[in-house]
Amino acid sequence: MKHKDVALRTDLKLIAEIIEPDSRVLDIGCGDGALLDHLTHNKSVSGRGIELSQKGVNLCVGRGLSVIQGNADTDLQYYPNDAVDYAILSQTIQATHNPKHVLEELLRIGRRAIVSFPNFGHWRVRASLSIAGRMPVTKSLAFQWYETPNIHFCTINDFFALCKDMNIKIAQTLFLDQKGQQKKLIMPNLTGQQAIFLLDRA
Amino acid sequence: MTDDNSLEIQIQDKSVTIPGKRIVFDDPMPLDSGIELGPIEVSYQTYGTLNAAKNNAIVICHALTGDQFVSETHPITQKPGWWAMMVGPGKPVDTDKYFVICSSVIGGCMGSTGPVSVDPKTNKPYGLNFPVITIGDMVRAQKRLVESLGIKKLFCVIGGSMGGMQVLQWAVSYPEMVFAAIPIATAPRHTAQNIAFHEVGRQAIMADPNWCHGAYLEEDKVPRAGLSVARMTAHVTYLSEPALHRKFGRRLQDRTNLTYGFDADFQVESYLRHQGFTFVERFDANSYLYITRAMDYFDLAEEHNGMLANAFKDSPVRFCVISFSSDWLFPTSANREIVHALNAVAADVSFVEVQSDAGHDAFLLKEPGFHETVDGFIKGCAERWFNGQGAGTGAGEGLRL
Repeated sequence: MKHKDVALRTDLKLIAEIIEPDSRVLDIGCGDGALLDHLTHNKSVSGRGIELSQKGVNLCVGRGLSVIQGNADTDLQYYPNDAVDYAILSQTIQATHNPKHVLEELLRIGRRAIVSFPNFGHWRVRASLSIAGRMPVTKSLAFQWYETPNIHFCTINDFFALCKDMNIKIAQTLFLDQKGQQKKLIMPNLTGQQAIFLLDRA
Repeated sequence: MTDDNSLEIQIQDKSVTIPGKRIVFDDPMPLDSGIELGPIEVSYQTYGTLNAAKNNAIVICHALTGDQFVSETHPITQKPGWWAMMVGPGKPVDTDKYFVICSSVIGGCMGSTGPVSVDPKTNKPYGLNFPVITIGDMVRAQKRLVESLGIKKLFCVIGGSMGGMQVLQWAVSYPEMVFAAIPIATAPRHTAQNIAFHEVGRQAIMADPNWCHGAYLEEDKVPRAGLSVARMTAHVTYLSEPALHRKFGRRLQDRTNLTYGFDADFQVESYLRHQGFTFVERFDANSYLYITRAMDYFDLAEEHNGMLANAFKDSPVRFCVISFSSDWLFPTSANREIVHALNAVAADVSFVEVQSDAGHDAFLLKEPGFHETVDGFIKGCAERWFNGQGAGTGAGEGLRL
C-alpha cells in the first residue's frame, strides 16, 4: 500500500509518540487529518475525527479518514463511554465555550485524554500585556483580539489547577519552547509556549 | 429470467418504449404490509463491468421522481441522466472501475412493478389495488436483483433524498451485504412537515376529476392538473428562497407590466407551470401516490424501540453522510441525527455539510466540495476494500475498524 507520510507539526509528533500502537483514537479538531493519517499508517491506530471546517473534513475524507463535521462543545455528547483509548484535543480547548465540560467529556469517551494548548503565561504574552499594554499577537496566538476564535485562554498553572479541581490525574507533561522544540523547562509557565498533557481518570 | 431488450411502458395516456434491462421474479415477495406481491418485475440499467471477483458493484438508489437512467440520455425527456455529473468514466462514481447498478423502484412507473402494471388476477392495471409499499420493500426488490447478478457483497450503496433512505435501509437490513454507504440529503424518518407536503400533493391528484378514484387508465383519462400541481408544490420544497431569488427574483415573464390578472406574470410562476406540465409527460399519478406514501412511512428508529442508534448497532458498514446547508426539506439537522446515532454505537462514519444555496436539489448539482467528498470517500474505501484485508466477496469480510 503506497502512502505518502506528511511532515507533522512538532506538537502532533509528540502526541503521536505518546499513543500506543493498535489503540483507538478520537481526534477532536483534527484539521487536515495529519495526525490521524500518521497514526493510522504508522501505529495501526483505529482513528476517528471531528473537525469544524468543511475544507478540513474534505481533506480528511479524501485521505480515507473517518471524520465528521462538528465541534467539541456540541457533538461529544453523542459518543458512548469508553469509545476510545485516547481522546485528543490539540490546540482547541481555548476555542471551546465550556472547556471544563469538554474535559469531562474527553475523559468519559476516552480512557485517557491528550490535551495541548498555547500557554498564556509565556513571557512574551506577559510582556505584551505588561509593557506594551496590548493584547498579545504571537506566532502561536496569531489573531487580533476582535477576530480571535480563542475565547478561553489559560496558563499552564491554570491547567494544573483545573486538573486538581476536577480530580484528573496528570500522567505526563511536555513543554515546547518558543522555537517549538520540546525542552525540559525549569519554569514552564514562563518559558513554555505550548503544553501537552496526558490525562487519566481519577 | 433476464431480458436485455427494450420494454413498453404506459405513461399516462400513451405507451412509451424504453431501453434497458429487466428481470422477472416469479416468487411472490413478502411486503412490510403483510401482503405478498408477485410475480415482480425489476427494470434496471448497469454501467461499467462487473469484475471476476464480483466485488466492484455499486448500487445507486434514485429519488422520488428519479429512475434507472442515471448516466445516459433519458429515453422520454431526451435530457442527460439525472446523475450524469456524478456517475461515468472518471467521475466520482467511476464506471471505468465500478459496476454500477440502478433499478427503478417498485411502485414506480419506469418498468418495475407498480400501479400501472397489469394485475395477473384481473388482467387490468393494478391502479389502487396495488399494495402500499415501503422503502424496505423497494430495497428488498433491489436485493433480489443484486443476488440474481451473482453479487454477494456490494462495494457501495449511494443515493440522495428518498435514495438516501434506501441507502440507510440497505445498511440496516442487510449490513453484511454493504461495505460502504453514502446517504445524501436524507433523514432517518419523514417528519410531520415532510408528510404534510406530500399530503398536499396527493390531495391535488385525488381532487382532479380525471383521477377517477385511481382508475384513470381504464377510463382513458389523465389527471394532468392534479399531478402537475403536486409537482409544483413539491418543486418549491426542493429549492430555497435564495435560489429562487437568484433565478427569478420578482422578474416578469415576457411582459413589462403586471396584467392585473391571473396569468403567469412572474417568471417563477411560468417556471413552476413548466415544471408541472413536463412532469406529467413522464410520470404516473398513482405511482406518485404510492412512492410518497412509502417515504411517509419511513422511520428507521420505529422497529428499534424508537432508538435510532440501535438500528446501527455493531454495523460493519462505513458511512459517509452528506447534507447541504440550504436544504430545508431534509435539513442538516436531520442528517446529523443519523451521524449522532452512528457515533453513539461507535460506527465508522464521516459527515460533511456542503455549503450551497441550491436547497434540497443541491444533491443533483456539482456543488463545490460535494463531488470531492464522494470521490475521496470512495477512493479511501477502495484502498481498504481492494488492497486491505477486506477484498473478499463473501459477507462480512470487509475490514472492521
